[in-house]
Amino acid sequence: MSNYPLLSLAIWIPIVAGLAVLAVGSERNAPLARMLALFGAIAGFLVTIPLWTGFDVANGGMQFVEMKGWIPRFNINYHLGVDGISMLFVLLNAFITIIVVAAGWEVIKEKVAQYNAAFLIMSGLMNGIFTSLDGVLFYVFFEASLIPMYLIIGVWGGPNRVYAAFKFFLYTLFGSLLFLLALLYLFINSGGSFSILDWHKLPIELGPQIWIFLAFLIAFAVKVPMWPVHTWLPDAHVEAPTGGSIVLAAIALKLGAYGFLRFSLPIAPDASHELSGLVIALSLIAVVYIGFVALVQADMKKLVAYSSIAHMGFVTLGFFMFSALAIEGALVQMISHGFVSGAMFFCIGVMYDRLHSRQIADYGGVVNTMPKFAALFMLFSMANAGLPATSGFVGEFMVILAAVKFNFWIAFAAATSLILGAAYSLWMYKRVIFGDIANSHVAELTDINKREFAILGVLAICTLWMGLYPQPFTEVMHASVNELLNHVNISKIQ
Amino acid sequence: MFDNFVVPDFLPAAPEIFLATMAMAILMIDLLVKDSRRTVTFALSVLSLIGCAAIQLWTSTGEINYTFSNMFVDDLMSDLLKLFLYMTVIFVLFYSRGYIIDRPEMNKGEYYVLTLFATLGMMVMISANHFVSIYVGLELLSLSLYAMVAMNRDSVTSTEAAMKYFVLGALASGLLLYGMSMIYGATGSLEITAIAERLYGGGVNNTVLVFGLVFLVAGLAFKLGVVPFHMWIPDVYHGAPTSVTLLISSAPKLAAFAIVMRLLVNGLITMAADWQNMLIILSVLSMAIGNLAAIAQTNLKRMLAYSAISHMGFMLLGIVTGVVSGDARYALNAYSSAMFYVIAYVMMSLGTFGMILLMARAGFEADNIDDFKGLNKRSPWFAAIMMMLMFSMAGVPFFIGFFAKFSVLQAVVAAGYTWLALVAVLFSLIGAFYYLRLVKVMYFDKPEDETPILAGTDMRLLISVNGLAVAALGLFPQIIMSLCAYSLLRSL
Repeated sequence: MSNYPLLSLAIWIPIVAGLAVLAVGSERNAPLARMLALFGAIAGFLVTIPLWTGFDVANGGMQFVEMKGWIPRFNINYHLGVDGISMLFVLLNAFITIIVVAAGWEVIKEKVAQYNAAFLIMSGLMNGIFTSLDGVLFYVFFEASLIPMYLIIGVWGGPNRVYAAFKFFLYTLFGSLLFLLALLYLFINSGGSFSILDWHKLPIELGPQIWIFLAFLIAFAVKVPMWPVHTWLPDAHVEAPTGGSIVLAAIALKLGAYGFLRFSLPIAPDASHELSGLVIALSLIAVVYIGFVALVQADMKKLVAYSSIAHMGFVTLGFFMFSALAIEGALVQMISHGFVSGAMFFCIGVMYDRLHSRQIADYGGVVNTMPKFAALFMLFSMANAGLPATSGFVGEFMVILAAVKFNFWIAFAAATSLILGAAYSLWMYKRVIFGDIANSHVAELTDINKREFAILGVLAICTLWMGLYPQPFTEVMHASVNELLNHVNISKIQ
Repeated sequence: MFDNFVVPDFLPAAPEIFLATMAMAILMIDLLVKDSRRTVTFALSVLSLIGCAAIQLWTSTGEINYTFSNMFVDDLMSDLLKLFLYMTVIFVLFYSRGYIIDRPEMNKGEYYVLTLFATLGMMVMISANHFVSIYVGLELLSLSLYAMVAMNRDSVTSTEAAMKYFVLGALASGLLLYGMSMIYGATGSLEITAIAERLYGGGVNNTVLVFGLVFLVAGLAFKLGVVPFHMWIPDVYHGAPTSVTLLISSAPKLAAFAIVMRLLVNGLITMAADWQNMLIILSVLSMAIGNLAAIAQTNLKRMLAYSAISHMGFMLLGIVTGVVSGDARYALNAYSSAMFYVIAYVMMSLGTFGMILLMARAGFEADNIDDFKGLNKRSPWFAAIMMMLMFSMAGVPFFIGFFAKFSVLQAVVAAGYTWLALVAVLFSLIGAFYYLRLVKVMYFDKPEDETPILAGTDMRLLISVNGLAVAALGLFPQIIMSLCAYSLLRSL
C-alpha cells in the first residue's frame, strides 16, 4: 500500500485541473483548454489505478484511509476511505471523465473552457462522495455536485434546458435537505459524531430508525431515481449535452444507490427490513412499468433515460433482498450500466451531431452509411438488453438468481425486464439502423471518425470484459459486502 | 454638588470616543474640500474606521468591563461584532465610492459623515447595557440612515422610501420605548444586568412584564425586519440609492443581533419561555413570507429585501433554541450559531449589493434581475463571484452560507425542535429557487447590454476578495465559528 494520499489526489486533481482550465481558457485558446482538460482527466484516472492494484481483497473494512480534523467545533473530519463497494466507482468515475472530455472534443464550440471545467470539477466532487466517511463531508460533496450539473444542463443543453435544470436542482435539493436533517439527528444522538462508521454501530430505536430511513429514502430515491420521483431524469437527459447525459447516467445515478449501501442499510437495518417490501415494490414498478414506458418513446435519449430508470430498479431490488449474491449482482449492474448507458448516450450523441435530431422517426437505414458505427451500436444495444457475454447480463442474472431464492414472483416480475429490455433496445435499433435509407439526410451521413471509434472501442472492450470475465470486479466486493451484511443482519434495537 | 462625581473609565469606550471626534472633525474638514477633491473625505473616513479597529484591538482586555455607571459594556462579543462592523463599513465605503461619484447630488461630505455617525450608533447599540444607551444608539443609527435614504432629493422613490422608513421607524422606536417603560415599571431599573438580577430575585409583577416584553419584541422585530413587522424593508431597500441599501442591508444586522442578545438573553433570560414562543412565530412567518414573496420580484433589490427577511427569520431560530424549558446546556451552541449566521449573512449581503454597484454606472442602476442577463458572456469572473454569492445565500456548500444554515439547524435539532428544522429546511428549498433564477439569468440567457463594466480597480479587487472569502470561509468555517463561540463564552 502506498503512502500517497491517493483519495485526496483523486478528488482534488480534477478540481484543480478544472480551475486551471478556467484560468487559461478564454474563447480564443479553446485548444489549450481541451488539452489541459484531457491531461487533467487522464492524470485523475492514473492516480485511481493504484486503488485497484493495491486493494486488499481480504479486507472488508476501509482502505487508503485519510483522516484530518476539518471543523473541530462540530467534530467534522476530513475522513476518506474506500472499501470494496466504493472503490470501483472511483475508478469508473475517473474513467468516464476521460470519455466525457473526449466526447465533447469537436462538438462543443462555445465556452469550451467552462464546459470542460464543469465536468472536471463535477468528477472531483463525485469522487468525494464515493470516498467520504464523514457525514457532513459526504453531504457537502453530494450537494456541491449539483452546481456543475445545473450549469451543464442549463448552459449547453437543448431548447427546454432551463426547465430541466431547475427541475433537476430543486428535486435533488429537496431530497438532500431531508438527508441533512437525518444527519443532524444522528449527530446529536451519537453524542456528537459525524463519522459514518460510528453511526453503523449506533443503536437506535425502531421509531427513529424508520424516520431516518425515510429521510434517506427520499434523498436517495430522487437521486437514483426510483419511481415515482423519477420524472426529472428524462427531462434532464433530453436537454443535457451528450457529455452531461453520459455523466448523469454513468455516475450521478450511482450516487443514490451508493447512498443506500453506505447509509440506509447499515445505519437503519431494522427499518430496512421493516420497509424492504416498500422498496421492492417501487423497484419492481420501475422495472416493469418504466420498461413499458421506454417502449413507446419516440425520442432516443428519452428511451435510454427510461431504460436507465428500469435498470436502476434492478439495483435497488438487489439491495433490499439482503443477500450477498443480490447485492453483488446489483453492484455489478451499476458498473455495467455505467459503461453501457454511457456508450448508448454517446452513440445517440454521434447521430445527433450529424443530423441534429434525436427522433427515431428521423432515422432509418443508418447501417448503409455508417457500418462501423452500426456494429458498435449493436453491441451496446445488446448489452442494454442484457444479452449473455455482455456486462449487462452478469448483474441482472445474479439479481434474478438471488430473487428466485427470495421469492419466486418477485423473480418472475424482475425477469420480465429481460424481455422488455430486449424489446425496447432492439426495436429502437431496428428502426434506426436497419431498413432502407429513410431520407436524404441519412444518405449524407458519414461514418464515425477515429476519435469516436476510439471512445466506443474502449467502452466496448470494457463491456465485453465485464461480460466474459467479471471475476476481477466481483472479487473486490466479497469481503465488504459480507461486512455490510453483518451490519444489516444484526438488530440495532436494544 | 460634584462630590459624588466619579470620573468614568473611558478606556472601554475609546473607539466610540475616537470615532465621534473624527466624524465631527471630518465634518469640519469637508467644508474646506472642493467637490472634485472629495477623496480626502473618503480617505479620512476609511482611516478613522481603521483607527477604531486598531484601538479596539489594543484596548481589548478580554474581560467584561462596565463603565459610565454600567450604561456601557465592553466584552469580547462586542469587540468581535465591532471589528466585523468596521470591516463591513470600510467595504461599504469602497463599494459606494464609484456610485456616488457618478451621482453628483450624493457626492457630498455628509454622505461620509452620516455613514460614520450611523456606525457610531451601531457601536453604541452593540455595547449598550442600559435601555437609554440602546435607544440613543438606535436613534443615532436610524436618523443618519433616514437622511441618507433621502439624500438623492430629486428622486421620488427615494423620498418616498425615506418617508416610509422614517414613519415606520419612529413607530418601532415608540413600541420599543413603550416596552422599555413597562419593564422599568415592573422591575424599577433601566440597566440590563440589574433587571436580570431583579428578575432572578422574583416577586415582579408578571402581567406588566409580559406586556412590556410584547412591545419590546415587536420593536426589535421592526428593527430586524421580520414578519409581520417587515413592511418597510422591501420599499426602503428598493427606494434607497443602492449604496445606502448596501449599508442598511449589512452592518445594522450586526447591531440588531447585539441588542437582541443584550435585551432578551442578558436581560430577560428568565422569561425565555415567553419570548421564545413569540420568536418562533416571527421566525416561521419570516421564512415563509420572505421566501415566497421573493419569488415574485423582478427588481433585484426587492428580491434581496425579501431574502433578507427570510434570513433574519432563520437567524432567529438560533436565538430561539438557546434555552429549552430551563435547560441552558445548549445556550452557547445556539447563540454562537446565530452570531455566525449574522456575520455570514452580512458578508454575503455586502457582496451581492456590491455586485449591483459594480454593474451600475452613471444613469443606470443595474437593479433589475434582467440587468444581469448574460453576465457570464460579459465578464465570466464577476458572474462566477455572483454565482458563488447566490449559492451561498441558498445554503449550498462549499460556501459560508451553507455552514451558517448548518450550524443553526444543528442547534435547532439539538434543542429538540425537529419540526422547526423541517420547516426551515422546506422554506430554504423554496428560497433556492429565486437564487437559482439569478444564476440562470447570468449563465443561461444571452446578454442584452454589452457595455463593459466600468468600475475601478479597487472595487474590482475588493469584490473579488469578498466573493473569494465567501468561498474560502466555506471551505474553512472553523475560524469564524470558534471566534463566535469563544467570544460568547467569555461574555455571557
